[in-house]
Amino acid sequence: MRRLFSKYRILLPLVSLALLLVATFYMQPRTMSYFGVNLLFNLAVPIALATIAQMCIMMVEDIDLSVGAFVSLAACVTATLLNDQPALGVAVLASLVAAYAVMGAVIHRLELPAIVVTLGMSFVWGGLALFILPTPGGASPGWLRSLMTSTPPMVPMAVVASVVIAAVAHLLIIRSGIGTVLRGVGGNARSVARAGWPVIRLKALAYGLAGLFGVLAGMALVGLTTSADANIALRYTLLSIAGVILGGGEFTGGKISPVGAVIGALTLTLAASFLSFLRLSPDWQIGAQGAILIIVLMARLLFTRRNTRDGGGI
Amino acid sequence: MSTLVSRPWIWSWLAAGGAFLLTMLLTDGRGAGELAYAALSFGAFAAIVGLGQMMVITLGPGNVDLSIPAVMTLSGTLALKAMGSVPGTELWGLGVAVAVGLGAGGANFALIYLLRLPPIIATLAASLVYQSVAIWSNRGLRVRPPEALADFATGRALGIPNVALVGLVLAVVIWVALERSIWGRWLLASGQNMRAARLAGVPVQMVRAVTYLAVSVLAAVAGYLLASFSGGASLNMGQEYLLMSIAVVVIGGTSIAGGNSNVPGVWGGALFMFLVVSMLNSYGFGAGVRLVLTGSIIIGIVIVASTRRARP
Repeated sequence: MRRLFSKYRILLPLVSLALLLVATFYMQPRTMSYFGVNLLFNLAVPIALATIAQMCIMMVEDIDLSVGAFVSLAACVTATLLNDQPALGVAVLASLVAAYAVMGAVIHRLELPAIVVTLGMSFVWGGLALFILPTPGGASPGWLRSLMTSTPPMVPMAVVASVVIAAVAHLLIIRSGIGTVLRGVGGNARSVARAGWPVIRLKALAYGLAGLFGVLAGMALVGLTTSADANIALRYTLLSIAGVILGGGEFTGGKISPVGAVIGALTLTLAASFLSFLRLSPDWQIGAQGAILIIVLMARLLFTRRNTRDGGGI
Repeated sequence: MSTLVSRPWIWSWLAAGGAFLLTMLLTDGRGAGELAYAALSFGAFAAIVGLGQMMVITLGPGNVDLSIPAVMTLSGTLALKAMGSVPGTELWGLGVAVAVGLGAGGANFALIYLLRLPPIIATLAASLVYQSVAIWSNRGLRVRPPEALADFATGRALGIPNVALVGLVLAVVIWVALERSIWGRWLLASGQNMRAARLAGVPVQMVRAVTYLAVSVLAAVAGYLLASFSGGASLNMGQEYLLMSIAVVVIGGTSIAGGNSNVPGVWGGALFMFLVVSMLNSYGFGAGVRLVLTGSIIIGIVIVASTRRARP
């Protein structure tokens, strides 16, 4: 059993999600329907995209404390510029992705600690978002709204989107050649450099990918909520880190799993719904989310015992 | 002079001084005393939690305490509830705050050590639980601190705010502990190379345990003071201190890679974080521009401090 779980690292996140889903269906059988499932996982789509963004950064052994602020900014741009002047909106969103890539290159070139630079950038993104949208408002572009609320036959949009996100990220990062090199930067940047790869460009690429997924997360969020404000996604920073870890990713060594990250994001979203079905006092909702996080990680420890004697150091 | 420039903490103090002078330039020197007083008062809270975060970051890569805001909120809430505005209960309230700190720190370290969770995740998950306990015990009530405690938290001695004096005493204690005690040497050694430290006989896990207890106790004391200072605990009182605690440590010149801490820099960073906001305020910038400039200045200082420092 333990060998099975440690061989297929994706199993544990998958089993956690399945157990939670079964428990939710048991508590509230009416969610076991097309619309029920869609409601349960609706808000998971932007979180899943933000989690993939965080994963791209953790892949190269950095951590991004600005994901929440960046997604909020992307949401504000989507709800204002992209809606009013599509051409300008696309240009701004593209330049945001480019800014992320530049940030990665600068962090690598000047050997700056990513945790601090992204911390500083979170102020910058937050300020720009306030600048663009001083008061909550804006509107979702029509095509985005209809895409996010479309009703494909048989399977709800939230599930389709999650599967597409997981598949694209898997192809990009696990199956493709460049994805393997990117994970190699997290594993051992020096040996990748010795093999003749320009590490600075690879880091810029990893950060650029993170920026791209962050922008998509902001767009998806606006498609669902139809408006934005500068603080709309601030909690995504912590959610995305938790999602990557829940999905079997690690802080070091480029050990990440895109499919796991999407599952982690779905689990976190479902945990919130599950807890409200438990009729748990709202006081304890966040606490119980923390407890679920701890329990899943405890299960991982039981099944995939790693022989790290430093215990907890990342 | 060259030794002064090579001190990593000098940059945070220069930046704080620069922000102070630029504000004074605008007001032609009026209100200098008031500005300095406000900076010391508000900077004290950031400095106290920053000192704790500094010790954790010194433990090495990956060690960050994300539960500081929740511990502040929980200790402020429980301490004020325990005191119930009754005069003479101030020390009992402080005891409750310290107990909250010890409990939270112990729980954090148990998750890190027993469950082998990365500290970022362990303190993040635990902070959600602490926040919940605070919400449950708070119930939207705002208990006022006892009169004497409120007077102490907002009062001054020798022209310096009392909270700043507390922060200065704590800074000196921690500075002595780090520079002059065996425990401080152990902490630095563990942060530089945990494996080598363990092989050299340093009780690494004990050092980590004490550090995680210390950061939570400091956060709890800061929460107790902040709640007394602002006339009651509120559920979001710790919010801004998550990023703040990390920012003041890094601006202060402590190496994010660990094994190298810097006490004077934390105070410099804390003063700077307050002064830069008030400077941008007095120049009449809007909230958006102010945030962008704050972020750019933080990154600028980190770049200057890290490129000036001799690389190993």
